[in-house]
Amino acid sequence: MAIQASDERTRVRSAVLAVRDLRVYYHTPRGAVRAVDGVTFDIKAGERLGLVGESGSGKTTIALALMRLIRPPGRIEGGEVLVDGTDLLRLAEEQMRQRRLAVIAMVAQGAMNSLNPVIRVRDQIADALKDHGVRLSKAELGSRIADLLQHVGLGPHVADMFPHELSGGMKQRVCIAIAISMQPKVIIADEPTSALDVVVQRQVMETLRNVQLELGAAVILVGHDMGLMAQAVDRLGVMYAGTLAELCEVRAIFEEPLHPYSQLLIASLPSLDKKGVFQGIPGLPPSLLNKPKGCPFRPRCPKAFDKCVDVEPLLTEVKPGRWVSCHLYDVDGVPA
Amino acid sequence: MSVTPQLGGGPLLAGESPVVVPELPEASRDAVKPDRVGAVIRYLKRNPSLPIGIAMLMSLLLFSVIGSFLVDTQRARPLSVMAIQPPSWELPFGSDRQGRDLLAVMIAGTPLTIRIGVIAGLIGVGLGTVLAFVSAFYGGLLDTIVRGLVDIGLTVPGLLVLIILAVTIREGITVNQMALVVACLAWLYPTRVIRAQVLSMRERTWVQVAKLSGMTGPEIILKEMLPNLFPYLAAALVNSISGAVLASVGLEALGLGPIESPTLGMTVYWVQFNAALINGWWWWWTAPIVVLFILFVGLFMVSLGLDEIANPRLRKTV
Amino acid sequence: MTALLEAKNVGKTFGGGLFDKVRTVALRDFSLGIESEPPSILAVVGESGSGKTTLARLLLGLVGPTTGQVLYRGTDLRSLSGTQRKQFLRDVQVIFQDPYEVYNPFYYVDHVLETPVQKFGLAASRAEAREKIEETLRAVGLRPDETLGRYPHQLSGGQRQRIMVARALLIRPRIIIADEPVSMVDASLRATILGSLRELNQAFGISLIYITHDLTTAYQISENIVVLYRGSVAEVGDVEKVVGDPKHPYTRLLVGSVPLPDPDKAWHGEPPPSEEARKAAAVPHDGCAFAARCPDAMQICREERPPLYQLDEHRAAACYLYLGQPEIGADEIGKVMVPPTREPVSLPVS
Repeated sequence: MAIQASDERTRVRSAVLAVRDLRVYYHTPRGAVRAVDGVTFDIKAGERLGLVGESGSGKTTIALALMRLIRPPGRIEGGEVLVDGTDLLRLAEEQMRQRRLAVIAMVAQGAMNSLNPVIRVRDQIADALKDHGVRLSKAELGSRIADLLQHVGLGPHVADMFPHELSGGMKQRVCIAIAISMQPKVIIADEPTSALDVVVQRQVMETLRNVQLELGAAVILVGHDMGLMAQAVDRLGVMYAGTLAELCEVRAIFEEPLHPYSQLLIASLPSLDKKGVFQGIPGLPPSLLNKPKGCPFRPRCPKAFDKCVDVEPLLTEVKPGRWVSCHLYDVDGVPA
Repeated sequence: MSVTPQLGGGPLLAGESPVVVPELPEASRDAVKPDRVGAVIRYLKRNPSLPIGIAMLMSLLLFSVIGSFLVDTQRARPLSVMAIQPPSWELPFGSDRQGRDLLAVMIAGTPLTIRIGVIAGLIGVGLGTVLAFVSAFYGGLLDTIVRGLVDIGLTVPGLLVLIILAVTIREGITVNQMALVVACLAWLYPTRVIRAQVLSMRERTWVQVAKLSGMTGPEIILKEMLPNLFPYLAAALVNSISGAVLASVGLEALGLGPIESPTLGMTVYWVQFNAALINGWWWWWTAPIVVLFILFVGLFMVSLGLDEIANPRLRKTV
Repeated sequence: MTALLEAKNVGKTFGGGLFDKVRTVALRDFSLGIESEPPSILAVVGESGSGKTTLARLLLGLVGPTTGQVLYRGTDLRSLSGTQRKQFLRDVQVIFQDPYEVYNPFYYVDHVLETPVQKFGLAASRAEAREKIEETLRAVGLRPDETLGRYPHQLSGGQRQRIMVARALLIRPRIIIADEPVSMVDASLRATILGSLRELNQAFGISLIYITHDLTTAYQISENIVVLYRGSVAEVGDVEKVVGDPKHPYTRLLVGSVPLPDPDKAWHGEPPPSEEARKAAAVPHDGCAFAARCPDAMQICREERPPLYQLDEHRAAACYLYLGQPEIGADEIGKVMVPPTREPVSLPVS
């Protein structure tokens, strides 16, 4: 990467989470599926980063990898995940377990459906706290839980309810409450609202925002809804075939997308203002099993040229704060 | 040829020339057609229960088949050899009190017992499948009746019913009649479990698509649902056979089986009748127990293996 | 003229039998007539619990109504003869939401295309059938050699859904009921599939009922829209009007809640319910279903369910804010719909 070493060190120091060249491969009998193939990004405290991509782009895998929840046949092949100077990938399992929830927490996709149906909300939160060695008296625990519920906009009576008595939005907010119970520095939300109605979606996202502001935590929002990203994040990373195509401030990407995939993606978004033609992106994402050489987007790219066939583009900062992996912006190459 | 407008392309796709399909040679999913044989072998390596179980059952069958050529099965009748001989070169399994060559008994008896199990198991699952499909798919009064019968039938102690049946047919029950007696109850449990499967399958979207494509009820049952149930039915069959063998051995051990046949259960009966345990004639009861053990464990392993295929959630593979 | 497919004062209630404690009214007194000439596109928009999926199943005859009737060419779906039913299936087809669940995992994807060909006699020989299938696949932008002979799990969600569109095209029905056809498909492919659906309407004259919770795609594809809330019609009419200037408080909430892909455009939250609304929330009542959340709720909203008021030529809303406007019955929503215009389609020269 074309960055100075000192810039890099400054960047890592001011970031609460720094991911460097993360690679996660799934080993199948027919070979390795390169789900995440070299992803690098930072996130500062209080910042909201979105990772948007379609199915198979690797975004959920990144979320799981950051939590070190990748199970065989998946394996983290390489890279670093630095939090407070510690590389999470090099920790022993027990040390990582202590950090999960306390330092980095996740609201998983479909988390609301993973709440234990036979345990009251109160106990689900209490279990999480006890697991991390929080020793409180019954009364203190009760008030801590009521406090948490209030932070996510739920009344204290919810603590005594069972998951099936709650609506989808309420369940998701309970999951957020569990995620923030140990006041983590980073919260990862993987498609937190995809199963929810649009009105409830807004409530849940608002809750997430409030919670984040209070904690001063960083939030990584993983999803596929560009509209949601536009409204809910500060910086956006566009994932394609396991790598970042573009990474920059969210306004910039909507005003002037640089990567051809981002351009086509944004052009395909239907608007609520006026009717237009339907513009999709022809073709399919590449097979991650036998990933071809060169740029993964080349077969579908309207602006591809010969360099794109052989050389894989790297994520480069072509303007301050604007990272793209596309040969069109090569300084030394010759764009078409 | 009719002019078919190009949907999803052509004039509606901005910036695209009206060519039929974009040229995308490599941008498709893994284009390799499934390599069936290789996949099967790889699968068997990952799911060892299945081949182990099959191996065990095969070994029993081979034992019987090859044995029947090498050993004179007439020696399984009483008064063929010297009585109560411990195992020796001439009598590898020894002999029993009535002078039966126990090796011949095992060779002749194993296929008989297996036959009872298979016939009863097949009838049980066959009848069970038909009842289950018809009752679950069409519902209504028929379903209520079948469900009622099954629920009541399963609460009645099976062995008791079988004993009463066996006693009634007492005069010279044959091996095949044994199978039918056991089959009388063997269909109850398969009906219940298969009905549950069909009920859940009936609500699947692809069944509704089939209905909307004009398929009739029987067609949907036979062509859409049944193929998906094959692994499940196979597992149910193995379990049914297992249960049938157990029931038949139980009846025979009580003396209610075909007296003249050298089935495994009858051997157990004779062992008890002659107090072989107390008399220290260990070779007499060891033989049937070992064979029964291999049979049951083999059936169980096969059933485990089939369960893994039938229930995708148990699969350990990606 | 008898509508081809008609829902007449249809109501559907779940539960409430001898053993169920809870009665859920999924759909209440809903009427809709769908003509096949001229072909139209109607969007039915609602969130979960609105009754839209129930409506789809009722129109397809997969489930029977508790009250009212669903009529095909004037005959109740439940009393169709064998031939009539075959005709019904030729005329009314479906595209389901889940592109995986629609395939029988035992068969290749070909099965879902070959079955209708065989059952409806769409081809005289196997060769002709194969040719027709390949032609239809190409028409939706798929390559037959990359699609046929594969199991469902070997194809992507977008491909599988396009095959279902191809299946519909193969049968050439008069009406397609599309239940959330693109909600489980990736964004970049959604536009392609929606384009296919629009072309089915324009080039082949197939009427489309597009059922969804996604207001944006509903707006893009349809001429008219019906907004459902808890089983009743909240607002109905010209989609440009309903979306551009929503009159019913629920529609306003829905439109405002859509996150726009423009960071500079605000994302509106739910306005606080009025005093009357809080009263409505506290005690169960027989009035407007939305009263408990409505910022404009009034006392009358708690007393009786509002009728549909016609607000202009192509718009009606069921809200007491418009008390005084001419009322229309639930079975007259067809009156406020914009008649479809068929644009001339330029077919590419092949």
